[in-house]
Order: sequence, then structure tokens, then C-alpha cells
Amino acid sequence: MPKITFIEHNGTSHEVEGEAGMTVMEVARKNDIPGIEAECGGACSCATCHVYVDEGWLPKTGASEEMEEDMLDFAFDVRANSRLSCQIKVTDELDGLIVRTPEKQF
Amino acid sequence: MSNSPIETDVVIIGAGPCGLFAVFELGLLDIRCHLIDILDRPGGQCAELYPEKPIYDIPAYPIISGQELTDALMEQIKPFDPQFHFNQRVDEIEKLEDGRFHLKTDDNQEFICKNVVIAAGGGSFTPKRPPLPGIENYENGSVHYSVRRMSDFEGKDLLIVGGGDSALDWTLNLTPIANSVTLVHRRDKFRAATDSVNKMLALREEGKINFHLGQMTEIHGENGEMTGVTIKGSEEEVLVKCNRLLPFFGLTMKLGPVANWGLNLHENLISVDTEKFETSAEGIFAIGDINSYPGKLKLILSGFHEAALMAQKVNAYINPDKKVVFQYTTSSSSLQKKLGVK
Repeated sequence: MPKITFIEHNGTSHEVEGEAGMTVMEVARKNDIPGIEAECGGACSCATCHVYVDEGWLPKTGASEEMEEDMLDFAFDVRANSRLSCQIKVTDELDGLIVRTPEKQF
Repeated sequence: MSNSPIETDVVIIGAGPCGLFAVFELGLLDIRCHLIDILDRPGGQCAELYPEKPIYDIPAYPIISGQELTDALMEQIKPFDPQFHFNQRVDEIEKLEDGRFHLKTDDNQEFICKNVVIAAGGGSFTPKRPPLPGIENYENGSVHYSVRRMSDFEGKDLLIVGGGDSALDWTLNLTPIANSVTLVHRRDKFRAATDSVNKMLALREEGKINFHLGQMTEIHGENGEMTGVTIKGSEEEVLVKCNRLLPFFGLTMKLGPVANWGLNLHENLISVDTEKFETSAEGIFAIGDINSYPGKLKLILSGFHEAALMAQKVNAYINPDKKVVFQYTTSSSSLQKKLGVK
């Protein structure tokens, strides 16, 4: 099972087990990770599951697609490594993935 | 604007799928409804969050989009002639001495009804407030999340933030009357209508508006009067002087005034019983995502079931002397007559 580490804005770290096929947002919700609201439930419609992907992992998670980029316009403090976690599918390749949650989801 | 109160059987708060289907179930029992919604169209989350997205768990529809479901429900409830009041939020509910309810919206429309059905989903869709320190101090004049009166912006120095239709439409509409307009967006790509984007680019070209690539980091001002906002670009920070800020970051759901109506809540949801879906206040019901009970599933199909049971109890309140004979739409000629079946 791929492990994913969520690091909160205040530095608190949560290492949890994901499951290939789930999205990173779903893994966060399943494990009650603070800072991921996912108001729309994963439809890429609300930008409240915004995360910063650890720079080293960017090549593996890939870049956001156009719909996701459009939605990121509704997020706050968007950076080059910003992604919506509902659009990152967990794979075995992502074992060890580190993402950080923003200070606020809005 | 103040209108005389509208009198009706039931007011449904929220015109999402559950609110719409409630019209159907109440309609079969000859109960008439008015619906109030903060959005400008029916459908609730189906219209606002996922109109084009497929839903796979509506019984008998292997796949249906949020908009198709909304359109189908609107068609289904047409025979009952529901009355819609959009762009309004119910702020107050008060029980009258005669047992009826008095409701008032933020647009000062008043209603008097026999029962209230709260089908408000995740709450009211409210503009997102950028999490800038102290922004709330400027919300009484300098910061606006929508434009109610264009004259509020006449001769002002505006900062408009966002890259969608709202940001661009207001850039185009307010530029002729404002003293100055600065548009800020995080990237040089806009998801608005092509025509608006082209018009905005033309204004930029002509030097009629300023444009900055970046994001807001700080608001400056004193005594509730904004004087400027710091914009952080990829390399540098600029201070944009402005006295009006219009941030357009989409909508989020907030429970809103529902929390003040004295109903028993459980984790910000309205507690109901599972026989009638009535709240702790007699005569006020809650169905769909906004309610809470043991085993609750936030599914549209659960909301439909809740609407049907709620309607039975509302009928008992409104028609206490009428003998209830349970009927099926397939076989009942009286139900079919109500539905306009020929």
C-alpha cells in the first residue's frame, strides 16, 4: 500500500496508507487529515482540497490539467507546485508521496 | 424594496434536487409551494458545482448529469406550478400566533406559510472571502463580493481580482465609470467568455486598465478605509493603490442564518426524526444534505425519500380532517389528473 505523508501548515505530519485507485483527497478524508475540505466531494469544482506537492514528487504526480488549473484560480496562495488533491490518483509509484496543506482553504 | 407578504401552503428553502422533488410529493397532496434560493437558478449544488458532471446513483439512471437531473425534475414538477424566488436568502423565520410561519429574505420579501421545509443542502452559497488578515474591517464599504449598485464604484479606484466571467464582466462594466481599474489574476489565462477576454485585452492595450499578474497578500488602510493592496507576483511585490476591492474567487457553502433559527443542530446539521423529517420546531422540516439522523447518507436518493415522508406529515398538518388514502401514480386516476396525464 502506498504511503502518503500530509504535512499541515503548522508542521504537524501525518503518515497514512493510501490505496491505488483512490485520489489523494479521498485518502485525506478517510484519515481525517485537517486542512482538506473537499466541499464538492471530488468533482474538481471547488478548490478546497488544494495541496502543495513536495517538489521532489512533482515529476511523478505530473502537472495539473486545464480544468484543474481553471479551478485553482479559486484557491488562495497558489504556487508552482499547487494541485487539487482530488485530481491526483494514488498509484504504487507514489509510495512515499509528501504533500503540504495550505494555511487556509478559503 | 418591500413587498406585501406572499401567502402559501409551504415555503421550501433551497431549490436543489430535494427541494424540487418536495414540490412533487407535496403537489400530489394538493399542497402548493414557493421556493427560495440564493442562486439565480434551480439545481443547487447540481447546478453550481457539477452541472456537467455525471451522477451514477440516481435510481433508474445509469448516468445523468447534474443539469440533466435538474431539468428532468423541473419538468416533473411543472404540473404543480411552483413559484421560484431566486437570488434571495431567508434570514428570519418566526412562528405566528395562529401557528403559521412568517419568513423574511435578505431582499425584504416576506412570506406567510403553514409549513416550512428546509432543503438547503450544504447551506447558502456565499462568495469566498480571501483569507487576508483584517479583510473583515473593510467589508462595510471598501470590499464588495458582488456589485449591487454600480454607482457605488463611480469615481473610485478599483482593484478587481480573478480571471472568470464575474471579474471580467465587472472590469468591462465598471471601467467607464471608475476613476481607475486594476485587474489582478494569478496567471495570464482567463476562463471567461472569449468575447469578454478580448474586450479586456483591448482595454489593457489601450491603457484604460492596469493589469498585474499575481496574488493578493496584504490589505492596507485605516479606519475601515482601504488605501491599497499588496500584490505578489512571481518575482516582485507591488502596492496597488485602490479604495474599492472586488475579489471574485467563486462560492462556498455556509450554513448561514439557519444556525440562528433555534433548531436543534448536530455538527452544524439540523437534527430530524426519521418518520417525518421534522426538526425540533414543530411544523418546520429539514430534508436532504442539511439534515442529520442516525445512519444518514448524503445522497440525492435519500433526500427524495425524505421528501415523500415529510409530505405526509405536512399533509396531516394542512389537511387534518382529510382521510388519507395512499395511492400510486401508476393506477390512481385522481393523481394522474393532478399530473395532467391524458
